[in-house]
Amino acid sequence: MFSGGHLLSVLIFFPAVGAVALMMLRGDDYKFIRSIAMLVSVAEFLFSLILLRGVPIGSSGYQLEEFAIWIPSPPIRYHLGVDGISMFLVILTTFLTPISVWASWNSIQKRVKEFFVMLLLLEVGVVGVFLSLDMFLFFLFWELMLIPMAFLIGIWGHERRVYAAVKFVLYTMAGSILMLVGIIWLYNATGTFDLPTIQQRLAEGMLVLEPRTEMLLFLAFFVAFAIKVPLFPLHTWLPDAHVEAPTAGSVMLAGVLLKLGTYGMMRFCLPLFPEASHRAARWVAVLAIIGVIYGALVSMVQPNLKKLVAYSSVSHLGFVVLGIFAFHNISMQGAVYQMLAHGISTGALFLLVGMLYDRRHTFEISEFGGLSTPMPKLAAFFLFVVLSSLGLPMLNGFVGEFLILLGTYQRHWNWAAWAALGVILSACYLLWSYQRVFFGVITVEKNKTLPDASVREKWILATMAVVTLWMGIGSPFITRRTAAATQTVMDQVEPQRAYEAAASSNAKPQAKTASSTDAATLAVERLGIR
Amino acid sequence: MENLPRMIDVYRTLPELIWCGFGVLVMLLQPFVRSRQFFTFVALLGSLAGTVAAFLALLHGGPGFYGLVQSDAFSFFFRLLVGTVSFLVILTAGPYLDREKLPIAEFYALLFFATAGMGVLASAQELLTGFIGLEMSSISSYVLAGYRRDSLKSSESAMKYFLLGSFATAFFLYGIALVYGATGTTLLGQMADADAASTRTLLKLGLAMILIGLGFKVAAAPFQVWTPDVYEGAPTPVTALFSAGPKAAAFALLLRIFATVPAATQYWFWAFWVLAALTMFAGNLGALVQTNIKRLLAYSSIAHAGYILVAFAAVTSMARGGSGEAAPAYAAVLFYLLSYALVKLGAFTIVSQLGGAGEKNLSLDDYAGLSQRQPFVAAMLSIYLLSLLGLPVTAGFFGKFYIFKAAVNSHLISLAVLMAINSVIGAYYYLRVIVVMYMREPSAEAATVGPVAFPIGVNAVLLITFVATILFGLYPNPVINFILRPNLLGH
Repeated sequence: MFSGGHLLSVLIFFPAVGAVALMMLRGDDYKFIRSIAMLVSVAEFLFSLILLRGVPIGSSGYQLEEFAIWIPSPPIRYHLGVDGISMFLVILTTFLTPISVWASWNSIQKRVKEFFVMLLLLEVGVVGVFLSLDMFLFFLFWELMLIPMAFLIGIWGHERRVYAAVKFVLYTMAGSILMLVGIIWLYNATGTFDLPTIQQRLAEGMLVLEPRTEMLLFLAFFVAFAIKVPLFPLHTWLPDAHVEAPTAGSVMLAGVLLKLGTYGMMRFCLPLFPEASHRAARWVAVLAIIGVIYGALVSMVQPNLKKLVAYSSVSHLGFVVLGIFAFHNISMQGAVYQMLAHGISTGALFLLVGMLYDRRHTFEISEFGGLSTPMPKLAAFFLFVVLSSLGLPMLNGFVGEFLILLGTYQRHWNWAAWAALGVILSACYLLWSYQRVFFGVITVEKNKTLPDASVREKWILATMAVVTLWMGIGSPFITRRTAAATQTVMDQVEPQRAYEAAASSNAKPQAKTASSTDAATLAVERLGIR
Repeated sequence: MENLPRMIDVYRTLPELIWCGFGVLVMLLQPFVRSRQFFTFVALLGSLAGTVAAFLALLHGGPGFYGLVQSDAFSFFFRLLVGTVSFLVILTAGPYLDREKLPIAEFYALLFFATAGMGVLASAQELLTGFIGLEMSSISSYVLAGYRRDSLKSSESAMKYFLLGSFATAFFLYGIALVYGATGTTLLGQMADADAASTRTLLKLGLAMILIGLGFKVAAAPFQVWTPDVYEGAPTPVTALFSAGPKAAAFALLLRIFATVPAATQYWFWAFWVLAALTMFAGNLGALVQTNIKRLLAYSSIAHAGYILVAFAAVTSMARGGSGEAAPAYAAVLFYLLSYALVKLGAFTIVSQLGGAGEKNLSLDDYAGLSQRQPFVAAMLSIYLLSLLGLPVTAGFFGKFYIFKAAVNSHLISLAVLMAINSVIGAYYYLRVIVVMYMREPSAEAATVGPVAFPIGVNAVLLITFVATILFGLYPNPVINFILRPNLLGH
């Protein structure tokens, strides 16, 4: 059980080693510094690909576990592990980090060394969160990742950066400190911080939480995650943080950090507090649907391009939360997929918006218009990313949204109906903003002479486009590997259903009686086989 | 012959005796030796000798002087703490006193007496001995607060501290009298047996007075109003001492009283609950609007006293099932005091050094762009502030974690939530300092000044506190194991 070397530790601490090495360098040679940062982050990405071999398809439970006693009393363990869900999120993180480094190649001019140090430290924190199986360790990385992100926003951001950075930290902290109380409370009830141990006890019925306690604990965790997602009405830090952050910061924030919230819900809220999750599901779904529609509507009227993308994240992440709280394997799969897809396509959108900013130093849509004439290549890439973000079939956004809607429909058709509105609206605001930025006549004189995408930018965008396309057509590669993990989450949140499903599959297959359950398993199997 | 102290009694009070002895020695040498370095050297030697003697006292543990003092693991911990604090304060104070052109020998003598007083406070097993310790440390502190005689603020600080401090000691003394009236003894150990029903009210009243008296010393709301003014006016190394030393020692006595006297634990749960809540909010809300770094840290130290009182509420709640039950809460208090003392010392040392001649640069604006002028100093101060904030990989995080754990353990969820809310409020003003240092451009005036030199002694303080903060943030086991030993109190 505890074999597999120290790959996970390497994954967590390798960027830290890189960051320390960078700190040792003299501060003036910025070309050398960014090459080192690039080298470290690419190497980290390659390391993370080994995970694909380490997590066998169809394996439930955690793989590549590492285990060491850190503090004997209270028993805090250095316990790492990875499953299908966290594996891809780690790969997403390690993929977006070199992209961020690449994107910051020329746009970061001051305090270059510190910038890349912070970026690498952020990676340490995020990867640590995804790989921790000890709640204490999880909390530790969760808090650690705050500081580099706050610095990224606060030092290298735009005009109102300090306000945005402080707001970001305070919001996150408000949630996380309550989560700490929750973690300690849970420890008090169970005597351990170890997530698999608690899950096992819950599964064996050795640990029964009183409903009120369970609900309070659920809320303590849920609020922390909901702030991070961000779920309506806790989303107000997001537009500020995004608009003020430098491009690399936005990419990491939208691409990875928001997923920490939804990941936390999957990893902690559902498996640990199944009853409370069920009782809260309706309200969470309402908030998620409000988020989907509200985010889309606000995006529609945004004069600021970057804020538009930020609010579109609120909308897209609302989908993810809905998919999680629909308690259906397909929607859960969709949620995981949407997390990854959103990371890529919104990351790409922020990159593109950043490229426009590098040229014009503004995010105002009214300042643009007709840009496809001076820069056709950038416009083509932009269109491609916009289409993927609005969920065009064959591109990555479609798979996630479709699976979420499909799964949710099986359980609550009205939830799916409302959420589908968000799909329509996202097409509206994305295409409309694209039209205003790239089509029409050029109204501002400066825009006529803007340079098209440089070689570096083309490479970055092409990489993103390839991944987008690959995720759109090669989705089984991912869904096959996440299926077992999401099924585990489903079994934990609905032990009764899992039991019945097992019983009915043992008995004679009666397709008519348990249609929805069977349809679910069937569909997943089909996804797996393809 | 019977009444003469035995050799073993001397061992059990050796640290205090050494500190007092060095205090007298410094005063005697003062007219004859001109070299300032000499006194610094003697002072360092003395505080180190006393700290080492604490090990000896632990080795020969037990009650000393017929039960007046108790040399146990608990007093060892605090002797080590105050000894280290005074050692580090001496390292900081040397350059400070040179810069401010203040006499050096008297400062060290007073510091020795204050340290000895704190040692007595921490080891007192009898109320009058505790009172003596309190007076020893307080009177030296009053003088130290006004050590910059020429400065109006320093004199104001001393005056306020003296007036309110004497009030507090009067309360404390009155409380002792009432407790003595109720139980017929001032020995803490015997009070447990003398808990008669007929004199309950008197005992309660007496303990309330003691609580008020010590509440002043630890700056618990509503007795905290003196703190910002005193901290601001006192010479910065003295402020560092105030926030780390006397506070820890007063908490030590408070803990010993409320751990050994059963009546105390029974009645005072709600008192501590309310005190903790009030103190946290008073400190954190006050700190939000400060623009002077010393005042900001002063308010933050009020807030931290509030956090420690949360652990006290947990102590009193847990101790209903016997004082052994409360061990995790003791551990929380002790570890928090340690982590907090380290961090505050480091932070005030930086403030002292950056203050410049006459302590002019204390406004937050003077810290603008510090990260560019002095990246290492800015990074250190950030680490200290993050530890105060309670972020992982610092000692402050584990301190806060243990307090949360103690509170949740004793089902004080509401208090834990209040503390969580306060931590977030606290995060704002600590971040504000970091933001100023890293994200704001220096004023034109500050940019021309250039970096402030940090002498080797000051760097040593920073190094020690920094390493300890990170070390205990990664691996608190040795300290926690030591505190959690079964015979922490007693021998």
